[in-house]
This record gives sequence, C-alpha cells and structure tokens, in this order.
Amino acid sequence: MNDMTTTTETTTPVLDASGVTMRFGGLTAVRDVDLKVNAGEIVGLIGPNGAGKTTFFNCLTGLYVPTEGKVRYKGTVLPPKPHLVTQAGIARTFQNIRLFANMTVLENVLVGRHTRTKEGLWSALLRGPGFKKAEAASHARAMELLEFIGLQDKADHLARNLPYGDQRKLEIARALASDPGLLLLDEPTAGMNPQETRVTEELIFAIRDMGIAVLVIEHDMRFIFNLCDRVACLVQGEKLVEGTPAVVQGDERVVAAYLGTPFEGDTPEKAGTPDAEPAAADNAGSTTSTEGEGQ
Amino acid sequence: MTTDTTTAATTPATTASRTKALRGLTALGGVATIASTFLSWTYTDEFPGDLTVYGYPGGLQVLTLVAGALVLLYALAALDIRGLRWLAPTGTTKALRLLALGAFATTWFTVVAIAVELGGIVNLEPGGFVAAVTSAIPLIAFLLPDDTHKATRPRELPSWAEILIIVAAFGTGLYVVTYGIDTEYAELFTGYMITAGFAVTALFKAGLMARLSGLTTKYRSIAVAAAFVAAAAFPFTQTTDQFTLIAVNILIFATVALGLNIVVGLAGLLDLGYVAFLGVGAYTAALVSGTTASAFDVHFPFWAAVLTGAAVSLIFGVVIGAPTLRLRGDYLAIVTLGFGEIFRITVGNLDGVSGPQVTNGPNGVPNIPDLVFFGYDFGESHTILGIELGGYANYYLLMLLAMILVVLVFSRAGSSRIGRAWVAIREDETAATAMGINGFRVKLIAFALGATLAGLAGTVQAHVQSTVVPEMYVFAGPVPPNSAFLLAAVILGGMGTISGPLIGATLLYMIPAKLQFLQDYQLLGFGLALILLMRFRPEGLIANRRAQLEFHETGQLDTPEGTLPESGVGTVKAGA
Ligand SMILES: Nc1ncnc2c1ncn2[C@@H]1O[C@H](COP(=O)(O)OP(=O)(O)O)[C@@H](O)[C@H]1O
Ligand SMILES: [Mg+2]
Repeated sequence: MNDMTTTTETTTPVLDASGVTMRFGGLTAVRDVDLKVNAGEIVGLIGPNGAGKTTFFNCLTGLYVPTEGKVRYKGTVLPPKPHLVTQAGIARTFQNIRLFANMTVLENVLVGRHTRTKEGLWSALLRGPGFKKAEAASHARAMELLEFIGLQDKADHLARNLPYGDQRKLEIARALASDPGLLLLDEPTAGMNPQETRVTEELIFAIRDMGIAVLVIEHDMRFIFNLCDRVACLVQGEKLVEGTPAVVQGDERVVAAYLGTPFEGDTPEKAGTPDAEPAAADNAGSTTSTEGEGQ
Repeated sequence: MTTDTTTAATTPATTASRTKALRGLTALGGVATIASTFLSWTYTDEFPGDLTVYGYPGGLQVLTLVAGALVLLYALAALDIRGLRWLAPTGTTKALRLLALGAFATTWFTVVAIAVELGGIVNLEPGGFVAAVTSAIPLIAFLLPDDTHKATRPRELPSWAEILIIVAAFGTGLYVVTYGIDTEYAELFTGYMITAGFAVTALFKAGLMARLSGLTTKYRSIAVAAAFVAAAAFPFTQTTDQFTLIAVNILIFATVALGLNIVVGLAGLLDLGYVAFLGVGAYTAALVSGTTASAFDVHFPFWAAVLTGAAVSLIFGVVIGAPTLRLRGDYLAIVTLGFGEIFRITVGNLDGVSGPQVTNGPNGVPNIPDLVFFGYDFGESHTILGIELGGYANYYLLMLLAMILVVLVFSRAGSSRIGRAWVAIREDETAATAMGINGFRVKLIAFALGATLAGLAGTVQAHVQSTVVPEMYVFAGPVPPNSAFLLAAVILGGMGTISGPLIGATLLYMIPAKLQFLQDYQLLGFGLALILLMRFRPEGLIANRRAQLEFHETGQLDTPEGTLPESGVGTVKAGA
C-alpha cells in the first residue's frame, strides 16, 4: 500500500506535499500547494490570516483529508489518519494550544510517547517486568524532554496552570516525545514576549540540530527570517512565493499581501518577477495580529 | 480553597479573650447537649428507639450524643488543649460550625419527628425541650472568627503509629458504615445521615481527612489492605442475614458503578445503557446455571459461568461499540440508551409466544441454584472463627473479591499508557489523535472492558438474587442498580476516582432502601440532590485531583487564549 518513490537524487525530502488542495464547500482554503522540506531544514510558512496555513497543516497531518493532492513522508505516501501520520514520524503543535489541560505536565509528554510504546491493556493489568521497564523508560525519556525545554521542575503541575509561554513549550515537548522526523509548529511564538520568542528560536535551532526537520508557521517576520533556511508565502490558499528569506522578504507581492492589497490569482512557482501591484510601503517586518481560529 | 488567615498577633487582646470565651461557651454547649441525651425526651415508647428512659440514651439520642461529643472535642481543640491539636490541622472554626449545625439538626430533627409522628408537642417530655435548647448553644460557633490556615506540618510519628492510625481510621469507617446499614427504622437512618453528613464534612474542613489521605498515600498497600479487611469484616458484625443482603446489593451496585467509571470517568464515554451489560452477564449465568427454568440443559461450574457471562458481555460491548465509537459526540449515548431498552424488551419477549422460548419472558429465570465450591454451599450458614455466617455472607465475600478485581483493573489500567490515552481522548480528542492515539481503538477497549466487568458482576448477581427478570435492568427505576442510578453514583461520587463511585453507590442504595416511605418522591429527591450537587460541587463528593483543580482553582482557563494568572500556578498537588 505504500508506494516508495525513492528519487534518484541524493536524498528524499522529509516532506513532499504535492498539489494539496482543500475545499470546504465553495471555499477553497488551500489550492494546489506544493512544498518540500529536506532533512536538516527549517522551513517557514507565512501568509496573512485566513491564508490557509493551518488548513494546510491539517492536511499534512491527516486531520483533514485533502480534496486533492498527496503528502509523502520520506518517500512514503501518508494515509490521511492523524494517528498514522504521527506514527510515521510527523508531530505537530497547535495554533490554539491544545494541551490535555487536566493532565500533569509529565503526563502530557507521556501521552506523546504513545506511538513509541506498545504496552496494551493486558500488560497494564498484569504489570509484568516488561511493563515496568517500558514505563520507566517512558518516564525517563519524558523527563529528558522536560529538561530540554526547561520544565523539569513543573513536571507535577497541571498543564492548565502553566503560564502561556510554558504551555507552548510543553506542546513542543509533547510533540517531540513521539520521536518525529519532522516537526510542524503552528505559530509557536504567538502571544509571547520578545524574550520568550528568542528562547523559542534557540529551542527550534536545537531541535533542528537533533536531526529533526522543522516546518513553522509564524507571523513574526524577524523570527521567521532569522530562523528559516527557506520560506514559503501562502496567500488566499495559494503559494505565492517560495525561496530564501532574503528573496521572500524582498518580494513586493508578499508585502502587498500583508498590507491587504487584493491579489489576482496567478501561481508563480518561484519568487521572482515583481510584475503586478506597486507596493505601497515596505514594512515587511510588521507583525499582523493573530486571531484564534482553525485548529 | 480560600485561605484568609487571621493571625492572632494583629488582633487586639480583647478580641482574643472574646474568642476564647466563645469557644468555652461552645464547649459548654457540647457538654449540655451530651447531658440532655440522658434525659427522657418523650412519654411513650411509640416513637421508635425508646427515648423514654432516664440515664440511658437510646436510638436517635445516641446520634445527638455523638454530635455533642464531637462539638465538645473540637471546641476543646479550639481552646488549644494539649493533645487535641491533631484534630484540626487547618483550623477549628469551620469544623466547629458544621458540627454545631450537625448536633442542632440531629436534635431538632428528632424532636420535630416525635412531635409530628405522635401528634403534637405535648408528646415531648421536658427533656426534649431541654435538648432542643441545649443543642442550639453550640451555634455560638458562628460568632467565632475564621481561623482557617495552611495545614501545619504533621509531627513525625514512628511508622507503626501511622499504620495504627490508618487501621483505626478504617475500623471507625467500618463501624460508621455498619451502623448506617444496620439502622432499623427510617427516623434513625435520617438522623444518621444528618449527623454523619455534617461530621464528615467537618472532618474534611478541619483538614483531618487530608492528613489521613496523606497517610494512606504513604502506606498505600497497607491502606488498601486495611480497607478490604474492614470490608470483609462486615458480615462478622451481623447476627442476621437481613442487612448482609443489603450489603451484597450495595457491593454489586458499587462494583458495576466502578466499571462504568472506567467508561465515563476515564474515557469520557457517556453510556446510558450500562445496566444492560449487567443483565447480559446475569442472564448468561442464569441460563447456564442448571436451573430447570433454563432453556439450556447445561450446568456450568461457576468459573465457567463467570467466563461465559463476561465473554458474552464483551461481545455485546464490541458489537455496540464498534459502529458507534467511530463517530464523535453523543451518538454513543443514544445508541447505548437504545441498547439498554432493546435488551430489556428482547429478554421480555423471548418467551415462546412472541419469540423463541429462551428467557421465560417477563417471568424471568427463577430457581437459580446456589453456588457450591468444593462442597461448600453458598446457600447455607457456616461457622467461621466461631461466628455463624448466613448464606448471604458467602455471596458478600465473593462479591468483595469481584470488587477487588475491578478496583485492581481500574487502578492498573488507569495509571498506564492505555489509561493516559483514555484521559487524553476525554480531554481533547483531536489533540489525542494528533499525538498518535488511535481514538477508535482506545475507546473501544474502554467500552468493552466496562461491558466485561459489568457482565462479570452480573454472573454473581444472578446467583445472589436466584431469579433474574427483565425489570431488574431498566434505564431508570426506584431500585438500583439501573442505568440512571449507576451514572448518578459515578457523578455523585466523583468521576475518575475509585472511592467516589463506591461511596456514591452506597448512598444511592441505602437511601431508597432505608427510607421506604419516600417511594414516590424518591426520584424527585434525587433529581433535586443532583442539581444541587452539580451547582455546589460539580466534581462529585470525592474530587479527582484533576477535577478539584478544574472546578475550584481560581483563574481557570476556558480557552487557551485566556489570560493566565501567574499566581497560584500549580500549587496544588494533592495526593489522591
Ligand atoms: N473546517 C473548516 N470548514 C470551513 N472552513 C474552514 C475550515 N477550516 C478552515 N476554514 C477556512 O479556511 C480558511 C483558511 O483558514 P486557516 O487555515 O485557519 O488560515 P491561517 O491559519 O492561514 O490563518 C479560512 O477562511 C477559514 O475560515
Ligand atoms: Mg492559522
């Protein structure tokens, strides 16, 4: 059932989404988006509110079944079932924090270990040595991750009682617990102060250094352009530009899109020829306010 | 919990001495209340319990006596009498107020009951009036300043002493519960509920229960063993089978409620037809029990009957769960509600007239024989440790074993990978699936496990009742267990806890069994009680550590976008 399409090139991309389209009735939230993420890369996904970024993430992770298109993870086509996607190696966080609010910090991370542990009901009831060993190993790994994000002292706190920044970090730890090969972050610094944002930036670099590719949605341009090797800009469901931060930053249509100038749909593959609108002013560093919607 | 500490240092000396005087008066009120129970309260012994004797408290007077003694004890503790401070680790005033209310309410209930039942206050002897007045004195406690404070650090005790405390606590618990089950008449039970309700709440407010639960967490296995030894000791305290039968039924009800708590409390699946699985188990055991009324001419040994009953329930659980658990939302509730009714109506019609003859229709399967293990007949009396145990005592002990099994399953499954997955699904299904949890699979396991445990309890129930009829397995009815009462026991007791459904089931069984005169108003009463409970204590009587925080911590989050208070972050880590 898995058609392996190993390209003849040196490496298969970690993520290869091709022609992803998502329609809700008459609304096309994502239109024919292609995106690749290579091993060791941090890729940014930007775009104004409602551009379809979160919807695209949901298509990648199986929460939505894309109307059209395929998503490959390391060459294997992913089935559109969230738990199988996670099992395969893609983990994610949510724009609107979705922790298990009434579980402890440690338990949240332990839930993240679910796909990497096997113990079923029987072994839980019989409590053999295998069960104890697996539980101990899960605990150890979870504590390790909590240390990594700096929440080891709050392991017994309820997730709901954590400050906002810590909740976002805990979501990252929970996602990392599934030992992913690709981490999807949906606005990881929304609502953070500049200092916390900088800490998160360091955290994402550290995650990349662990050998995990990262795809991150953000509105904070400084953050994105610092962090990413490549940036794609989504506007009204279509990929407008993709390229290095410098290229995307300089693209007038990106600026225009962020300022809300209507955009007539054509889908250029790469950033380049600035042809259409004369952009008003260039403040590409502006951050649009986030509004809570989507997943 | 609010902790507005009133430090004595900042208040003027006059206030301190006034407080002291008030506490002294409360203590005197306690003494007077105790003394009043030695008087005669009424002229005739028509009122049950014989309250006519001077110098010998009887019936409801004993409850007033206990309430008065507790008031005295806590008033003395409030006066800082050495050796009593352990009674109130977090302050005496709130406990004292509750105890005073308890003494007052018990006494006045008695006095009013005498006047009403015997037709007028002329039936009260002067002693009754004295009691009414003296029991009001401790209400002075409401003038006391609130002295609630953070729990003082408990003094280190040697471990044998701490274990002794646990044993004493469970012994007391056994005595209190036994007293309730053994109450002979409705007035005494009502008085018991009043006294016990106020007293237990007072002990919680005083922080004594928190300290005890700290100890039980520390010596977990000993505490669990003590609890079960106390429970097993119950039939040895009984002289007749009358109350043992009530206790067996409570155990059945509580065991099934605990099984339902896996489904509802842990996995968050609303099952409105749970009693049908009990019925499946009971009918299966009945049909293979060898009774002449069975359509099958087989007589399985009990272990085989248990396995068959549990397996058939499991199959029904999977058949019901598999199509519905794929869907989200309330479909499960509707389907299980339907299944509950379908089960009852089907077994009511498999009578050879409207369907094949399998279950004898509405007449049910009678004459289910008593269990016999290696020549040990469960129906007969046996003498153990020099104490004559009636037939129901055997079933009581057997049912206790079944309950231990369910408790084990609950606690072991609950604190494992699968249990965490259940709670995660309950908390946020989308996030849980995004963490790699196969929602359908995990929910089906919970649902099927719940069904299996209910079926297992059903196999014992069939032998206890010796008859199974369809009307035992209705959605709602005056006699527990039925689906509505099971759910009520879980919600009232506390979702996701072990002790919650046990306590909830005990209360929900005893109240209708003891207060038969309520009959028609019973369901109305439960409705009101549940509404009040949901308003004032939505987490149930026993709060799950999580629910406690969920409902009572200030500054809770409704949405992740909400503002987060920095204060009080994760301060509560109650051991449960
Ligand atoms: N489940 C859904 N049903 C209908 N419309 C949806 C759904 N999810 C998202 N949308 C719509 O798709 C568009 C893109 O939303 P979203 O992906 O959340 O944008 P972004 O994350 O880029 O801000 C919005 O117009 C949104 O209203
Ligand atoms: Mg979004």
